[in-house]
Amino acid sequence: MAIKQRTKSLSARQEKLSDTFFQLKVLNGQEMVDAQFPQFADQVAEAGYPRLQPTPLEIFQINIGKLCNQTCAHCHVDAGPDKKEENMSRETLEKCLEIIAAVPTIKTVDITGGAPEMNPHFRWFVEECSKLGKQVMDRCNLTIIVANKKYHDLPEFFAEHNVQVVSSLPYFSKSRTDSQRGDGVFEDSIQALQMLNAVGYGQEGTGLMLDLVYNPSGAFLPSSQQQLEKEFKRQLKRRYNIDFNHLFAITNLPISRFLEYLIQSNNYADYMQLLVEAYNPGTIEGLMCRNTISVSWDGYLYDCDFNQMLDLKVATPNSRHINDFDLEALNQRQIVLNQHCYGCTAGAGSSCGGEIA
Amino acid sequence: MSEKKYFDPADLKKFGNITEWSEENGKKFFDWYGTVFEEGALTQREKSLIALAVAHTVQCPYCIDAYSSDCLQKGADEEQMMEALHVAAAIRSGSSLVYGVQMMNHVKKMSM
Repeated sequence: MAIKQRTKSLSARQEKLSDTFFQLKVLNGQEMVDAQFPQFADQVAEAGYPRLQPTPLEIFQINIGKLCNQTCAHCHVDAGPDKKEENMSRETLEKCLEIIAAVPTIKTVDITGGAPEMNPHFRWFVEECSKLGKQVMDRCNLTIIVANKKYHDLPEFFAEHNVQVVSSLPYFSKSRTDSQRGDGVFEDSIQALQMLNAVGYGQEGTGLMLDLVYNPSGAFLPSSQQQLEKEFKRQLKRRYNIDFNHLFAITNLPISRFLEYLIQSNNYADYMQLLVEAYNPGTIEGLMCRNTISVSWDGYLYDCDFNQMLDLKVATPNSRHINDFDLEALNQRQIVLNQHCYGCTAGAGSSCGGEIA
Repeated sequence: MSEKKYFDPADLKKFGNITEWSEENGKKFFDWYGTVFEEGALTQREKSLIALAVAHTVQCPYCIDAYSSDCLQKGADEEQMMEALHVAAAIRSGSSLVYGVQMMNHVKKMSM
């Protein structure tokens, strides 16, 4: 069925929050909200990291475009069907491939979006990464598989290239899923999961990995990843005969459309307080910004996907773009921190691979 | 301190202060409380749903706020939370109605 969008992107609505500089002002209590919190960078320094630095680069994460068939209420990318221009070119993807081939420590190519499959060069790029022997991870919103005939064979394509499919499913029921992701998303997601299962994804012995991403449908933190995984496995099997491998519990960071939701629902101060109170210095060692480089659709480099969405580029003045990629300089960089980073250090921590601590 | 209301949601965060006037008992209570809600034969989500139902039975506004949030965090949804409340409400109303047997016994004894 067709998905009914609940909103448009911040930029299409010409909201002030579509300006990343304005978002940073909000996060620092200078606009829209009257709430100040301890500086995250000070907390990290106190924990023994006056300069948070990277570990060897393992994950090359590429946001290949903001075009998406969904407009989720919490989207930190501000993606949607109206984002037709912000898509990575073949030329930039070729440059990414050069780097992926040249850096032996890169184990995983993490492709995200938007709906990455909507980029016209997606399949070619996956094939090339696969030839290089790298593990390819596709952050798939599931519904794209059933959105149009031309995407119906994606499960077979993924299987052919042993792509690790990482899919968002905020809950195993319609109400909580659709309230976050749009009316009709749950039913399409279930259908897509069944199609992935049918080609062997999530099935024992196939080696085809199907992981789900849980992020809360509201202003609260995720529970224990292990317990959520157990419950999701039980319920999805019982209700829809669906199997998957792992569940990643990810905290919503207070940026972009989730920041808009927090402010509009009068939850911003309480949510930030929740993150600050749940700050766990034990998560710093495993933060994803330390072993990841995030590349934007136009080729700029960031410490993580969230910094990318706030336009906080890497602190390496001579290597901020894929065309000037200098691994040595990037390995020496200081990771850029701001108040949204509290989202990754709350409780058991959060990364694109779920819990940290 | 507000003079006009019995319940202030902000007071929930001060719950830990009860140890001030009886440190040993307070500490014992919070240690035990923490253990009770750990994963055991019941999951943390199931315990949180029980707590939510009991919170409504004892009509504690602090507990209702706390365990509504906790249930969401533990992965419960609206349907499960409302079902838990109906269990509490059913027992509560049933416990009134079951005295109907006493009333009926009494009436039957007195009637021709």
